[in-house]
Amino acid sequence: MAGTEPKVTPDLAQSLGLTLDEYHRIVQRLGREPSYTELGLFSALWSEHCAYKHSRVFLGRLPTRAPHLLQGPGENAGAVDIGDGWAVVFKMESHNHPSFIEPFQGAATGVGGILRDIFTMGARPIAILDSLRFGDPADLKTRHLINGVVSGISWYGNCFGCPTVGGEIAFAPEYAGNPLVNVMCVGLVRSDRIHLARAEGVGNPVFYVGNKTGRDGIHGATMASAAFDDEAEAKRPTVQVGDPFTEKLLLEACLEAMATGAVVGIQDMGAAGLACCTSEMPARSGTGMDVELSAVPQRETDMTPYELLLSESQERMLLVGANGRDEELRRVFAKWELDAVKIGEVTGGPDLVVRHHGEEVAHVPVEALADGPRYEKPYAPPAWLAERRAFDPLSLPEPKDYGETLVRLMGAPTIASKEWAFRQYDQQVGTNTLVLPGSDAAVLRIKGTRRAIAISTDGSGRQVFLDPRRGAAMAVCEAARNVSCAGGRPLGVTDCMNFGSPERPEILWQFAEAIEGIAEACRALEVPVVGGNVSFYNETSGTAILPTPICGVVGVLEDAGRLGTQWFKAAGHRIALLGPDAVSLGGSEYLWTLHGRLAGRLADLDLEIERRVQSAVRAAVGAGLVTAAHDCAEGGLAATLAEGCVTGARANGGVGCEVTVEPGRRLDETLFGEGPSRVVVTVEPARQREFEALMAESAVPWRWIGTTGGERVIVRAGEVVVNVPVDRIEHAWRNGFERHMA
Amino acid sequence: MRFGVVVFPGTWSDCDFHYVISEVIRQPVKYVWHRDRNLADLDCVVLPGGFSYGDYLRAGAVAGKSPVVEALRDFVANGGYVLGSCNGFQILCEAGMLPGVLMRNECLQYRCQSTNLLVENVETPFTRGLRAGQVLTMPISHGEGKYYADVPTLAALKARQGIVFRYATADGQVVKAANPNGSVENIAGVVNETGTVLGLMPHPERAAETAMGGTDGLLLFQSLLGTLVEDGTFLKR
Repeated sequence: MAGTEPKVTPDLAQSLGLTLDEYHRIVQRLGREPSYTELGLFSALWSEHCAYKHSRVFLGRLPTRAPHLLQGPGENAGAVDIGDGWAVVFKMESHNHPSFIEPFQGAATGVGGILRDIFTMGARPIAILDSLRFGDPADLKTRHLINGVVSGISWYGNCFGCPTVGGEIAFAPEYAGNPLVNVMCVGLVRSDRIHLARAEGVGNPVFYVGNKTGRDGIHGATMASAAFDDEAEAKRPTVQVGDPFTEKLLLEACLEAMATGAVVGIQDMGAAGLACCTSEMPARSGTGMDVELSAVPQRETDMTPYELLLSESQERMLLVGANGRDEELRRVFAKWELDAVKIGEVTGGPDLVVRHHGEEVAHVPVEALADGPRYEKPYAPPAWLAERRAFDPLSLPEPKDYGETLVRLMGAPTIASKEWAFRQYDQQVGTNTLVLPGSDAAVLRIKGTRRAIAISTDGSGRQVFLDPRRGAAMAVCEAARNVSCAGGRPLGVTDCMNFGSPERPEILWQFAEAIEGIAEACRALEVPVVGGNVSFYNETSGTAILPTPICGVVGVLEDAGRLGTQWFKAAGHRIALLGPDAVSLGGSEYLWTLHGRLAGRLADLDLEIERRVQSAVRAAVGAGLVTAAHDCAEGGLAATLAEGCVTGARANGGVGCEVTVEPGRRLDETLFGEGPSRVVVTVEPARQREFEALMAESAVPWRWIGTTGGERVIVRAGEVVVNVPVDRIEHAWRNGFERHMA
Repeated sequence: MRFGVVVFPGTWSDCDFHYVISEVIRQPVKYVWHRDRNLADLDCVVLPGGFSYGDYLRAGAVAGKSPVVEALRDFVANGGYVLGSCNGFQILCEAGMLPGVLMRNECLQYRCQSTNLLVENVETPFTRGLRAGQVLTMPISHGEGKYYADVPTLAALKARQGIVFRYATADGQVVKAANPNGSVENIAGVVNETGTVLGLMPHPERAAETAMGGTDGLLLFQSLLGTLVEDGTFLKR
């Protein structure tokens, strides 16, 4: 075997994605030249994707503590206590690179990967949310990508049997050559039954369970750690191929195996496959591992040790069992017709010893593999930023017809209905989904309790582009505000950081600033970051995406019967606007859709006001005082009101509204300007006094702005400035995105 | 009434049916593994939704040959009730226990949405608490729900009142616009000749609680329970 292997040289190391310096560091660490197999191990584990080389120095800035936190970053996923003995386990991950190369399988295996992260913790996945970013849907190639990604998510999630309950889809030309596919999964587990990815107990058997290993996805982690050029599609073989049916079996088998008490530790074979599990698991426990690769179930012949270690074949786990309970474990996996093969055992360490047919092919300290290099690279704000920010949107002409402008905005693909995608996803399996996709947050009940959880994802690349720190803080706030609008108290954040190449100082600056922004917002709202993922190198031929941190927030409702949704329920309810007046057209959907510009300053963010507004909304929803609660986001106040009118179930028909606003600096800014900490609620007249009393107690800025009812959206600013039939708005909103895809 | 909910590898509506039966209609229920052949202690067997055996080959094709489905034939011959929803309907058709087949949706995409069902046959144990012409609301969730039967099969099905549900508008109009998957004549659910085996693509278990958006699915279970007491008067008319 060794005779056919390439000779290890610095050049070979570089062709595998390592730098010359990293190669020398490996030689130094081992005190000798690595073997070819060992070099493969290092190249995968020291890739950006696995080692977080450029990001680790910043990630430490994130707040990761809270009384209700059960598991923070560093495991397969984070976990928070939701009460009554239950915990939710959740995490978001990106699968951007594979999805550009092969959208269907790329997105499908993205779903598969995050599902495994959740059920390795012992939790049953109960919800998937997808945060997707594409170029202009009018473009043919983009439509191909959208179709592929949505059908891949649909295929995997539906077959597996986990509902897709939310997420968002947004469009900007910067994503055309590098779409974002971020998938969040939420699982449910008894809080004392969480399993970890540990290799404890010298002598405990190490089992390989699940699908067989093939040659797919070799060096996927390395591929995801480099930028694309024109040859990107030649990398298609590095994308894995998913099998959701096997994943479903693996889920049931793993949960059943864990219930026996014979599972000591377990980890998903995700990026860098077996290599990653056999080094990370013992590294977390201060142990070592001794494995025999010939025992690995294989679906191709003549696989080399290098290939077996680096394959990213899907639906596989590495499981450390309790000594002497092998038969129990084997029986469970046999019931589900899955392989469960003992391939080695936990040792006292400190090394990972890999054999193939008895011959030693790698012998490396696990610490050296798991503890990759960390870089502190220079960063600096981009030179062009000041000019972009200095642009004053009010230097542009005011729209002539505000009604038509509103209709146009409601039909902008980013704001328009995404039903085309969501109706392809099973949203209800598990019969927990109380609020289906289409409101600010999804809400799922927790059976056997009175509780529910609310979940939302958010992140605006445009805002982060113009002001990474404030924009990223706004992403946390918006996701948390969405959860609060549903009545949920935010418990934790998972973040997926999508950026260009960290080797460029301006990109690394965006990243560093975004981390600070997330940290500030999390501290103010008292929610910990429970885990997440960093995806660098999202660029094609030197053009980076908009810097896009996506935040997923999970919150708890004490009473599932008291939840908030965003749509107006009936005529005659009074409409209130909570939060500050400060808004800006800088980075707004209006500025992009009407003028094709991405420029200006973001509105101010006062985190104390944000915290109070969210708390006031939660109190109002929890007391049953409001009939709708809707976060003001893309498209500003006018779009928020229009969404209140048209986003309810089609059977309800729309509910119109009539509101009065102060014109402010200029009416387009007042109606379409975007700013944080703002929420529109509706209140039945009979509850008006109670609501007013609650607001007075909450110390938040707020005022009545109008009433629901009628068949038109009418806005007065002195005179009537918007007067459009709800039907017209609904038509624009329903077709704005779908017309491209039909 | 004793219920059994069949679990194939890849089934996922099993827990949802189990929950409705045990927690909502409060009847005894157990899971039945796909290799089991013993159905003796059951009155009604539910074949739930999912992707049994990954739906490889064709939806429901492998499950249609499974030990539990083989045992179902005797169970039905002895008067047992079978309710197949979604993948369960596909399995019953593949097993030849119901006529017709379920093909890829006409739109070539998966569809998860609310549907309205016109009730045509109220002479079955599952629908005897309903009235003909009543419209029920239940969600669908499938990629392969386009019902098809050839002309003679369809004629025979109609002649014996085998069509139980058709996709319709909220006011009961059976029109193309209300057909979510391209099923022939908007067919959403059919029964066997004795009326004891019902297959339908919609999910009654997802429409069995107010919190989930509706309770029309519960009417099927309540009808079924009514058959035992020979009294359907408590049911919604």
